[in-house]
Amino acid sequence: MSDLASRLRSANLRPLLRWESGLAVVVALIVIIGSAASPDFLTGNNLFNLGLSNGEVAIMTLPMTLIIISGEIDLSVASILGMSSALLGYLWVHGWPLVAIFATIAVAGIAAGAVNGLLVTRLRLPSLAVTIGTLALYRGIATILLGPTTVASFPATYTNLGVNAVPFTGNDMTYSTLIFIILAIIFGVVLHATPLGRSIYAMGASAEAAQFAGIRVKRIKTGLFMLSGLVCSVAGVLWTFRLDTAVQNNGLGMELNVVAIVLLAGVSIFGGKGSITGVVLAVLAFAGIQNALLLTNFNQEATGIVTGGLLLASVFVPNAARWLSLLRTTRRLSPNRQLPEACSQARPRQPHEESP
Amino acid sequence: MSTTLIPRLQRRPDSAPGAGGLAERVLRIRESGIVIVLAVFVAVTTVVQHRFLGSANIQFVLVDTAGFALLALGETMVVLTRNVDLSVGSIVGLSAYLSADLFAQHPGISIPVVFLAGLGIGLACGIVNGIMVAAGRVPSLVVTLATLYIIRGVDILIVGGNEVDASSLPNSFLDIPKDTIGGIPDIAIAVAVLIGLGAYYLRTFRSGRDLYAIGSNPDAARLAGLPVGRRVFTAFAVSGAIAGVAGVLWGAQYGTINSTAGTGYELQVVSAVVVGGVAIFGGSGSVIGAGLGALLLSTISSALYVLGISPFWDQAIWGFLLLLAISLDQTITERLTSALRRSGTRHE
Repeated sequence: MSDLASRLRSANLRPLLRWESGLAVVVALIVIIGSAASPDFLTGNNLFNLGLSNGEVAIMTLPMTLIIISGEIDLSVASILGMSSALLGYLWVHGWPLVAIFATIAVAGIAAGAVNGLLVTRLRLPSLAVTIGTLALYRGIATILLGPTTVASFPATYTNLGVNAVPFTGNDMTYSTLIFIILAIIFGVVLHATPLGRSIYAMGASAEAAQFAGIRVKRIKTGLFMLSGLVCSVAGVLWTFRLDTAVQNNGLGMELNVVAIVLLAGVSIFGGKGSITGVVLAVLAFAGIQNALLLTNFNQEATGIVTGGLLLASVFVPNAARWLSLLRTTRRLSPNRQLPEACSQARPRQPHEESP
Repeated sequence: MSTTLIPRLQRRPDSAPGAGGLAERVLRIRESGIVIVLAVFVAVTTVVQHRFLGSANIQFVLVDTAGFALLALGETMVVLTRNVDLSVGSIVGLSAYLSADLFAQHPGISIPVVFLAGLGIGLACGIVNGIMVAAGRVPSLVVTLATLYIIRGVDILIVGGNEVDASSLPNSFLDIPKDTIGGIPDIAIAVAVLIGLGAYYLRTFRSGRDLYAIGSNPDAARLAGLPVGRRVFTAFAVSGAIAGVAGVLWGAQYGTINSTAGTGYELQVVSAVVVGGVAIFGGSGSVIGAGLGALLLSTISSALYVLGISPFWDQAIWGFLLLLAISLDQTITERLTSALRRSGTRHE
C-alpha cells in the first residue's frame, strides 16, 4: 500500500491536483446551490435518478480517458453503444437466449474497437478521422439491424435491473452507478499505479519516445480501443434495459458528452495528462449541473450552455493561471535581479497546455 | 504552436520546394479518384434505374449538395490550418431560425437583407471561435466542441418550443432552391462559383498559401514570420459566416425550422472534407476536393434511394466509404513520401 502511495506521490500530480481541487469546489458549489434552490436535491431518490440518467455516460468516460491520455480519441463510442443496443434487440426478436446475446454483444464491441485500433495503429491514420468514419459505420449497422422498429419486449428480470436499486444500498444506488464505481477504481489503479498506466502517459507525451523506451505503443493503443468497445457495448446493454427499448438511435450524439466530460476533467486533448480522480469529479459536476438545472426549471435541453461554458473554463483557466505566473516571473526578472530558484526549475505543464 | 490539433498523431510530409509539383499532381490524382468513384456510381445506378439521371433527381441531388458543399468550403479553410470547426451545425441552426424568423417579425423584408442577417449571425459566431482559438491559444477541437453546445443552447433558449413554418415564409424565399438555369439549380451554380473563387484564392493569394503553410508546420510558419494568429482567426470567421449563409439556405430548403435544425451536421461536413482528400491535420487538400466529397456523399444517398436500397443502409455505406477514402489517401501519401525520399538520396 505504501508502494502504491509513493508511486502516486512520485507522479507529477501537482498541477493536476490544482485543477482537480478547482473541480471539487465546483462540485461543492453545485451541491450547495442545488440544495438551496430545491429541497429535493440531496434526497436519496434524486441521487438515484441522477445515477440512472448519467450511468452509461459515466461508464463510457473511463476508457475514453485512457484513450485521450494515450494521445488518441474515440468518437465512435456512442455508435458502439447504439450498435450493441440494436444487436440486443435484433437477436432477442430472433429468439436467441440472452446469455448467447450477451456474449455476441461483447465480441461485437471488442471487434468494433479492434477495427478502430488497427486502422489507427497499423495504417497510421489519425484517430479523429477514423472514428468519425466508424461513428457513421457502427450507427449504420445499428440502423441496418433494426430499421425503424423498436424492440421493447425484454424479460422483466433484466429491465428491472435497469431501473431498480442494488440491494443493501438503501435504494440509493443504481446498477450502472455500482459498475461505474468498480470500474473507476480499477481504471484508477491501473492508470496511476501500474507500469501499464505509466506507459499510457508516456505514449501520450511522446509516442516516439515511448516506442524507443520499449513500450509496445501500437499493441497497447489497439488494446485501449478494444477495451473502449467492450465497455461501450456493456453501456449499450444497460441503456437498453433501463429504457426497455432497443432502437437504432439509442445514445445518438452522446460521444460529445463523453469527450466534454473527459476534457472538463483536465485531461489534455494532446495526451499525456489527466487523472481518473478528475474524471470522477467531472462526472459528478456534469451530472450535478444537469440535475440542478432540471430541479430549477431551467430549459433542460439548453443545459449545453453550462457544459460548453465549463469546457471553455477547462482550457482557459489553466492558461490564465500560466499567463499570470509568467507575468509575475517577468516582473521579478526585471533588471538587476537574480532568477528566483522556483523559476529556474522546469515549469510543470498544465492540462491542455499547448504542445511544445 | 497553440492552434494545433493533436499534432503528434500524424506528420504530413512538409511541402519542400521540390515536392510542390509532385504533391500537386497527387492532389489532382486524389480529386480525379473522387470523380472516378462518382462516375462509376452514377453509371451503375443509371444502368439499373434510368430515372436516376432524370432532371428531377439531378436537381434534387444538386440542391442537397449545395448547402453541404458550401459548409465544406468554410470547413476546409479551417482544417487546412490544422484546426477543426465543430460548431458549424449549431451555427446553421441558430442562423436558420433567426433569419427565417425575420420574415415573420418584419413582413415584406427583402431577401438579400435576410441573407445578410444570416451571414452576420454566422460571422459573429465565427469571430468568437476565432478569437478564442487564435488569441486564447487553446485547442480548436475543445473550443468548437464547447461553442457547439453553447450556440445550440442559445438557439434552444431563443426558439423554445416554437418553429417557423413555410406558411410564414414568402414564396420567393421558398423558391430559391427550386429556381434553375438550364436545369441546374441557381444555388448549385452560386456555390460552384464560390468554391471556384475559394480555390483560386487559396492557390494564388499569399494569405491563401499561408493557410497551407500554417497547416503543414505551424511552428515553422510562425518562425517564417507568417501572421499565424490572424490567418487562423480569419479562417474561423469565414467558416462561421459561411455557416450563417448555409443556415438561411437551410431554412429556404426545408421550410420548417425548429431548435433541432442542423443538429449533427458538423460530422457530415467533416466527413465530406476528409472524403474530398483534405488532410484532417492540415496542410494539404483543396476546396474543390471538399466540394466533390460533398457531392459524392449526396449522390450516394440519392443512388441508394433510387435503387430501392433501404435508406437504412446509407449511414453504414457512408462510414465505410469515409474509412476507405482516408485509408487510400494515407497509402498514397506514404508511397509518395518514400518515393520522394528515394529520389532525394539519388540526387545527392
